[in-house]
Amino acid sequence: MAKRYEKPVIHRLQMGMMNKFGFASPFGARVRKHIDGVAIDELVERFGSPLFVFSERRLRQKFREVKNAFTLRYPNVEFSWSYKTNYLDAIAAILHDEGATAEVVSEFEYEKARRLGVPGEQIIYNGPYKPIDSLRVAVKEGARINIDTFEEIADLEQVADELGIRPKVAIRVNMDTGIHPRWSRFGFNYENGQAWDAVKRIAMGGKLDLVGLHCHMGTFILKPEAYEIEVKKLVDLAYRIEDEYDFKIEYIDVGGGFPSRNRLKGIYLPPDVAVPPIDEYAERITTALLSSLRPGDYPKLILESGRAIVDESGFLITTVHASKRLPDGRRGYVLDAGVNILFTAFWYHFNVEIDREVQGAAEPCILYGPLCMNIDVVDDRAYLPPLPRGTRLILSPVGAYNVTQWMQFIRYRPAVVLVGEDGKVELIREAESLEDIVRRERLPERLKLKG
Amino acid sequence: MNRLARLAISDEGFIFDPETGNSYTTNSTGVFILNLLKSGADEDEIVKALVEEYGVDEEEARRDLYDFLEQLRVYRLID
Repeated sequence: MAKRYEKPVIHRLQMGMMNKFGFASPFGARVRKHIDGVAIDELVERFGSPLFVFSERRLRQKFREVKNAFTLRYPNVEFSWSYKTNYLDAIAAILHDEGATAEVVSEFEYEKARRLGVPGEQIIYNGPYKPIDSLRVAVKEGARINIDTFEEIADLEQVADELGIRPKVAIRVNMDTGIHPRWSRFGFNYENGQAWDAVKRIAMGGKLDLVGLHCHMGTFILKPEAYEIEVKKLVDLAYRIEDEYDFKIEYIDVGGGFPSRNRLKGIYLPPDVAVPPIDEYAERITTALLSSLRPGDYPKLILESGRAIVDESGFLITTVHASKRLPDGRRGYVLDAGVNILFTAFWYHFNVEIDREVQGAAEPCILYGPLCMNIDVVDDRAYLPPLPRGTRLILSPVGAYNVTQWMQFIRYRPAVVLVGEDGKVELIREAESLEDIVRRERLPERLKLKG
Repeated sequence: MNRLARLAISDEGFIFDPETGNSYTTNSTGVFILNLLKSGADEDEIVKALVEEYGVDEEEARRDLYDFLEQLRVYRLID
């Protein structure tokens, strides 16, 4: 009988090169043969590779976990689904079914939420650019609008005049909460008095009803105490407004920015250590609220969490197409999925799992995508045993931002499927074809190739 | 190939280079190939031996042999 075959490898032994943080297990990659009980092989056979796979069970579970963290600590909470994180109909519909409203940042996202059946008053309209036509629709349909600029105040007053409606609005505030980078480009600054100027301006106009305050500090914020500072400053501002003007602040929207269990580039601790649990954020936010609110006053706490909810429910299955030895000795793999569909590869080192046991010691390797572009690197620091062609890699978490920021660049975008709670697999977005891409092109008659 | 001749290779795949002081580890397939290289076998002979010894298909054996030789070149164990 033939001996068991292992691809030949040789490594130089180096002393004093300890792997302190343990990200690169010398025991090889973890094997994943299923996603929620459905075999990787079966998924690829039915829907092709690469393939995005979402787990309904994980999504609902995570939403409930995050929601409970807040509702158990504060009596008046609303979760508004951050559409830009993932606005696939099926994903948004699951979250609306769980009770989330819709947080949109463009007329496109607004229309997508309305099309799904979300009523206007269940929509929060954010963003620095809100065309006046979209404000007309939003005001008419009773959406809550978080104002970003002085121009937008003027636009809304114009819409109010036209429609004879007194719109309910909030202002977005940016502030110093001790974190970097500080997002100062959105809304009105707290420290330099701009936010107060916006309040005065709205009061002076007399056409808008200021009912809320909004702040979204940044993204992937690993310091829960920053939210405590944010909440205290917002409550402070709310009472100043109520005391000086005839406004009642009905909601305080603290935005999102909670991290997921992904490994951010440049952070060397594993996410289990570096990322604080959601309960810690909830505790800081609600304690800051309860300790600074006046007795009997419970304005609605709005959360626009996106990444923290959906990231971990998404997987990408990709296939090894080829491997090569790089001049520096490292191994490189060519995969069928690259940064065209994995935008978050620029920020994260994903978990990389393989679909089968592979013999041989793990070695450092680079995962390249299929694009004929030097930037197409999925991971420059993977640690895998020698993989035969055709091995499937399962990358996660990839549920946030990838299926919204993906590009139709060089290649077609792949299919997206949902594994239901009953284990049934449903196609929620078809793979693209040439027709999808050329449908809007027009070739002038004179340029047509003569056959 | 003369640098290979000076290497001490254990059956378990521990390799010591007395000239440079470097140590290496390799797996059983690696030991198998290194011993053939030391005995002067050429690429075709090694591929044939891999197919016979392990029942692996020829295409894969050749591909993996090239990859292994590239690794040896990186460590300057062969030219």
